[in-house]
Amino acid sequence: MRTKLVAVLLGGALAASCQSNEPKPAAPAAPAAPATAPAPAAAPVDDKGPIKVGILHSLSGTMAISETSLKDVALMTIEEINEAGGVLGRKLEPVVVDPASNWPLFAEKARDLIQNQKVAVTFGCWTSVSRKSVLPVFEELNGLLFYPVQYEGEESSWNVFYTGAAPNQQAIPAVEYLMSKKGGAAKKWVLLGTDYVYPRTTNKILRYFLHSKGVADDDIMEKYTPFGHSDYQTIVADVKKFAAGKRTAVVSTINGDSNVPFYKELGNQGIKATDIPVVAFSVGEEELRGVDTKPLVGQLAAWNYFQSIDNPTNKAFIDKWMAYVKKNNLPGGDKRVTNDPMEATYIGIHMWAQAVAQAHTTNVDAVRQAVGYQHFKAPCGFDITMDAENHHLHKPVFIGEVKADGQFRVVWKTEGPIKAEAWSPHIPDDKGKIANWLYPWACGNCTEPKYK
Amino acid sequence: MGVPAPAKALRRFPTGRLAFVALIIVVMGDGAGRVALAGPVEDAVKGLASPSGETILANIKQLSTLGDPRGIAALQALTDDRLRVGADGNAWIYDKKTRDLVDPFTGAAAPPSAKPAREVETDNDIRRAAEPVLAELQLGSPEASVRLGAAQELSRSGSEGVGALLHRALDREKDKGVQDALAMAVARVDVGSNDANLRLAAVKLIQKSGNDEMLGELQRLLGVGADGKPNEPDDRVRDGAQDALKAVMNRRRLITGIGSIIHGLSLASVLLFAALGLAITFGLLGVINMAHGEMLMLGAYATYAVQTFFQSHLPNFFGLYLFAAIPVAFFVTFGVGVLLERVVIRHLYNRPLETLLATWGISLLLIQSVRLIFGAQNVAVANPDWLAGGVELAHGLVLPYNRIGVVAFVIAVSVAVWALLYKTRIGLNVRAMTQNRNMAACVGIHTRRLDSWMFGLGSGIAGLGGVALSQLGNVGPELGQSYIIDSFMVVVLGGVGRLAGAIVSALGLGIVNKLLEPVAGAVLGKILVLGFIILFIQRRPQGLFAIKGRTEA
Repeated sequence: MRTKLVAVLLGGALAASCQSNEPKPAAPAAPAAPATAPAPAAAPVDDKGPIKVGILHSLSGTMAISETSLKDVALMTIEEINEAGGVLGRKLEPVVVDPASNWPLFAEKARDLIQNQKVAVTFGCWTSVSRKSVLPVFEELNGLLFYPVQYEGEESSWNVFYTGAAPNQQAIPAVEYLMSKKGGAAKKWVLLGTDYVYPRTTNKILRYFLHSKGVADDDIMEKYTPFGHSDYQTIVADVKKFAAGKRTAVVSTINGDSNVPFYKELGNQGIKATDIPVVAFSVGEEELRGVDTKPLVGQLAAWNYFQSIDNPTNKAFIDKWMAYVKKNNLPGGDKRVTNDPMEATYIGIHMWAQAVAQAHTTNVDAVRQAVGYQHFKAPCGFDITMDAENHHLHKPVFIGEVKADGQFRVVWKTEGPIKAEAWSPHIPDDKGKIANWLYPWACGNCTEPKYK
Repeated sequence: MGVPAPAKALRRFPTGRLAFVALIIVVMGDGAGRVALAGPVEDAVKGLASPSGETILANIKQLSTLGDPRGIAALQALTDDRLRVGADGNAWIYDKKTRDLVDPFTGAAAPPSAKPAREVETDNDIRRAAEPVLAELQLGSPEASVRLGAAQELSRSGSEGVGALLHRALDREKDKGVQDALAMAVARVDVGSNDANLRLAAVKLIQKSGNDEMLGELQRLLGVGADGKPNEPDDRVRDGAQDALKAVMNRRRLITGIGSIIHGLSLASVLLFAALGLAITFGLLGVINMAHGEMLMLGAYATYAVQTFFQSHLPNFFGLYLFAAIPVAFFVTFGVGVLLERVVIRHLYNRPLETLLATWGISLLLIQSVRLIFGAQNVAVANPDWLAGGVELAHGLVLPYNRIGVVAFVIAVSVAVWALLYKTRIGLNVRAMTQNRNMAACVGIHTRRLDSWMFGLGSGIAGLGGVALSQLGNVGPELGQSYIIDSFMVVVLGGVGRLAGAIVSALGLGIVNKLLEPVAGAVLGKILVLGFIILFIQRRPQGLFAIKGRTEA
């Protein structure tokens, strides 16, 4: 009874602070928070207290390199929403957990967030293997996950919204670009990746796609390296040998920090982007921070957002981020950059907040119905919509060349956002598979509607 | 292209030079800004500084047609991303040294009216078009090295019409190396010529050189067209192409073989660097030091810190930062090692399990501290200019300078360690202590002090390894984690307590790994090597080289 009272009082104080629109009063309330920690279990879900929001990104281990910035940008976005008055007159309260790049721990932490912390939504995961690990938890407990990273597709869950690119929003357009005259008219292909589900599936799709374009198996070389591989001498020498005679392009799905030794070796062995262009799907501004970019000038990356995209929304986004970095004294300081998954996180949180406002509740079933129709003016310069059918964003595709300063120069882009294909039309096994959560289909992987 | 050759030659040299001189005179006379002169070259260079890719491409073509060497500076700047459009609409070149804009013809500083300037947007398409044209213009350069680069570029790319130009350049050329490169470029063009004799000569030349970049051309000659007839009508040329193909493939096999050995040596040097420090702390002192990898990491971060210091305070001596980093990294890790030994490890001698746990804890502590200080992100450690790039041993076999540097460095450090252990009094004491600690103490060796010094030395050498590794791969808080297994692997395989064992096992592992990799792939190759080591240790637990006293005990 007493704890309930405290919760109500605290909620009242927070609500009052929102109305008066003063940022300060929230601070005195904060010390009281530990006292109310056991309260949420007892408190009804729809009260006046803050809305808990889970953030599930690795802050240690191999993936910390990429995921730490996503945690930071998520906190920034939540702060931004709170400063604008929160959602439904309530503040958002981030609950940050660290699954430590440990895939089973992702599932445990997700369960903890939903069952014990009672979060309304979770933003998180980077690698596909971590997403696959939490997927059963979200489906069992009817949670809501926003996944912000480009991935291999072949999935559409009732409980997940995918704000990163599907293969047809990244990999396929990039390969088409390299086939074009402007891209260098490549005839031979090297598919290079880290050995796990995302590169293998993407390369499977690409191989089928290349076949459909008349490329023979002899003209495709596929190689994998383990996570954290650092010796690319042999592979780069092999690529060089393979490239002799015909125009060749490399499609790299190398993930994580292996990219640094890979690009170093490319530069040192004298492979120039004009001879053998390398297009990467997991290398963005953040990853290039650890690399000397001079030998990489002209190498390519395909994304749905680049920091260098010039428009007022993006400028405001970057300014906000740099101010946030400065205010919180985050490591890296003024060298911090924005990148595609950060934009996707930013879009995801805003879309969820819009959906909550529209549904007038944080109830997962109600919010899910509303998310499908949200649109948001994104830093990439387009009004991005969420597809109610397959839970993926419609995204524009940009292809950028690395500049000497570690930023990208956009050399090709789509006219506008394109719809994601959750199931690739290039894989024969996927024929007829439908991801459509609207009536009468209501399924993520089926060939016949659920309701007839 | 397509300009008749004699006309081109005439325009290219004498008038070009004359006009150049004239221009300098005119500009000197004017002084203030760019002379409002119009000539086809000036127009074309101005056209390079265009917002439209199409216009840039058209003007690159125009420069090729004009064949005027005055276009070189602007084209060079275009390919290096240094071409700028001034506020006055003219093309200017950004000079990296003076950080200022200069005139593409005279090199004179730009007037204020040119500023602010925007970058000219280039992409691979433009660079691909500009590079062969640049090479064509550079064929007339007085510098042999420039002509060599140009000839090599033209042996890879270039338009159809470049043949006559190349033939003339070849006739004129005196330098042997440039001649060879030019001959190759000529062969590339001649393989597609209508004259069977030219084709035959080209094929013969390819056979002689074994250059595998012509593989595509050879395969085309040997192929069969859509109508069922062979692409090459002349039998002699077809036979020649067959022989050339054989020569190219043979040479390629040879290069691959040599390449594997060299890559293996380079991997061995990395393994040895990771293991050398451990060969002392684990091998000689018997401390199972799980924090060894973190010493490598600290050494790499010390390099980063020195690099950052040089960048901000001594930018003119940036190329030398590595030499400063070597002692800094050594003494930082030496200090950390001695401290560690005095505070923690000393109290845990003869308790291997506790040592293992304690050092593992220390390693986590060090990782997290570095993460707090430098951030979770990897940091960029740039190769100084003299370590960037590589030397081309043979066509298709490039030895990067940074790897050569690491091999040389590891040899130097190994020799120094060997000298310390086997040629000095300290080394004698250490060896005595390794064989029998109590007896060594009895004869007056200060074993405690020696312990902490040797532990510091092992850590310091790991720090030097960190300097080397920072030149090859990532520098991040987890750097050490990826090397700790390798380093234990090397020391255990080599035989605990033996320096030579570590060296031989690093060499063996490196070369075996690289010979397996092309056959089995990187993932399977590593698994095979690990499996092999497990089997080997089963049969011979003392490793390759064993110290007698230890194994008998």
